[in-house]
Amino acid sequence: MKIVLDHLTKKFPNRNKKIGGFVVAVNDFTFEIPDGKMIGLLGPSGCGKSTTLNLISGLEKPTEGKIFFGDNDITGLPPEDRGVGLVFQNYALYPHLTVEQNIMFPLQNFRGDKKLTKEQMKEKVLEAARLVQIDELMERRPSELSGGQQQRVAIARALVKMPHVLLLDEPLSNLDARLRLQTREELRRIQKETGITTVFVTHDQEEAMSISDMIVVMKDGVVEQIGKPQEVYDEPGNLFVAKFLGTPAINVFKGRISNGKLFIGDDQILDIKGPSDGDVYVAIRPEGFIVDDNGKLCCRLIAHEVMGRDSSVVASNESFIGQSLRAIISSETKVDTSLSDIRFDIKPSKVFLFNSTTEERIPFSI
Amino acid sequence: MKNNLKAWLYLLPAILFLGIFTIYPLIDVVVYSFEEGYNFASQTYSGVGLYNFSYVLRDPYFTQALKNTFIIVIITVPLSTGFALLISLGLSKISKLRHLFQTVYFLPYVTNTLAVGLAFMILFKKTAYSDGMVNLLINAFGGESVDFISGPYWAKMLVMCLYTIWIVLPFKILILTSALASVNDTFYKAAKVDGTRGFRIFTRITLPMIAPMIFYLVITGFIGAFKAYSDEVALFGTDLNAAGMNTIVGYVYDMLYGNSGGYPSFASAAAIILFAIVFTITLINLLLSKKSRLF
Repeated sequence: MKIVLDHLTKKFPNRNKKIGGFVVAVNDFTFEIPDGKMIGLLGPSGCGKSTTLNLISGLEKPTEGKIFFGDNDITGLPPEDRGVGLVFQNYALYPHLTVEQNIMFPLQNFRGDKKLTKEQMKEKVLEAARLVQIDELMERRPSELSGGQQQRVAIARALVKMPHVLLLDEPLSNLDARLRLQTREELRRIQKETGITTVFVTHDQEEAMSISDMIVVMKDGVVEQIGKPQEVYDEPGNLFVAKFLGTPAINVFKGRISNGKLFIGDDQILDIKGPSDGDVYVAIRPEGFIVDDNGKLCCRLIAHEVMGRDSSVVASNESFIGQSLRAIISSETKVDTSLSDIRFDIKPSKVFLFNSTTEERIPFSI
Repeated sequence: MKNNLKAWLYLLPAILFLGIFTIYPLIDVVVYSFEEGYNFASQTYSGVGLYNFSYVLRDPYFTQALKNTFIIVIITVPLSTGFALLISLGLSKISKLRHLFQTVYFLPYVTNTLAVGLAFMILFKKTAYSDGMVNLLINAFGGESVDFISGPYWAKMLVMCLYTIWIVLPFKILILTSALASVNDTFYKAAKVDGTRGFRIFTRITLPMIAPMIFYLVITGFIGAFKAYSDEVALFGTDLNAAGMNTIVGYVYDMLYGNSGGYPSFASAAAIILFAIVFTITLINLLLSKKSRLF
């Protein structure tokens, strides 16, 4: 089922009563989530992504705007009438109930004609448990399960009532690194198998990029950019999005354009067409650097870290914003660490220019 | 070994005091209860056996005290725990004036037993000038005045139970409100998303989560109610046998120092019987709570 968010706004009264007024958690969010897709809401903490999730689930009421599931306006409906399954960050499994009882809990709430017999419930519970592969742990209590297993139980509990929409709040943040990789593939599989429209919240850009069909990057309650993960990575709309996506983070320099030439400090990096002269931010992805003795960008070499598959060069430059820049290069490339300087050539496709005041993207061509 | 010595040294003061003032008297009580006709002054006794127990168990004052104690326990423990739970639930649901109400409910806890007794006197006692506030109310609805303090047994017991519940309520509310507050909010959110009705949330989530605290309150409640004495004195004076409102602890006290005082053997036997009762009931409670240990 598609989800339509129509000019969604949520304001909370300011906690500090002396200041008064409101905190705008979500500001004028409009987006149509296509049916059967997996959407990642991504942003730093406090950006309003969890509030957005709560608005969709019905745990919070929007100050303005409407939410549609399919063609139905569900803005005024309480959570239980929306048909959503919600998985909490801490899973919220009932510790006094077994796995089976936990998964069965939502089914036992059905009233009227929707009421199920004991056998029907057992069947549905088993089905959900099989989907997340925990059907052998039915008699255990949550305290006897590992983090990953608890996560699966929580997903099974959210799925057992066949929701129209599955919502996941930071689904992987309580798992260790190895399990996180496994579980995110698992999440993707479950979502594909069930075809349920899924929205999940995360602050981990890698997690969002790896499993979502679309990602929504948010900051301070405002949607910064929406798109397919690779598109957003390759074509960030503004400096925030460029900085937020990618590990290691993008390297940002103060630069300037003069007569169709792009400068970082005194180094002329690229010949470009399009933008007018003036100061700009130059952002270069770590993989956009090529070590070359005759390269155009000169930096001070700080360290060369070898990490197996590839290696990274840590360097500094007077125009660089922040401590040190980081370039990811192939591990076969030789770096002479006895020298104090290192020169790079730049891949033009990995370079983005941003307006130095609005921080909006400036398009250019070579 | 060195460390051990140090540890024992640290423990020594406590062990000394506990040994002299708790452990030794405890053993002594058991000894007294089997020594017939023990006399404090001459430190003599006439024989050893179970006579003390059989005397106490046949003493009408003791059976009356036993009956009173059991009635108080059976009525006040469940009722006070139930009321405390209701009030705590109410307190956890409101946000305005919550602290004010919490303070108000806690006041009886810091109020002197005798002061509360006085307040109950104003409510219930018949004097030359007034029949008490409760009787005024009864009269207003066309009922006959009841003498709650020196009248029929049920009236006295009613006041006694009301008083006991009133006195133990604050502590239970305190414990239960903090128990309720410690239940993670996401459980309720999860239940809400799943469309769980209020009553089911209470029975399936809230109650199991705070069950350990409820068991704690029931066990300590039983023990406290079995040891009731001062509350009775506050309401009915020191001559509880005459009022027919004596309790087991009251009987023990009377046997030692009361009008019929000077019988440490009988007092010890009664104390041992009380201990046996409390011990048995606490054991049952613990077994029950272990059986329904939920997580």
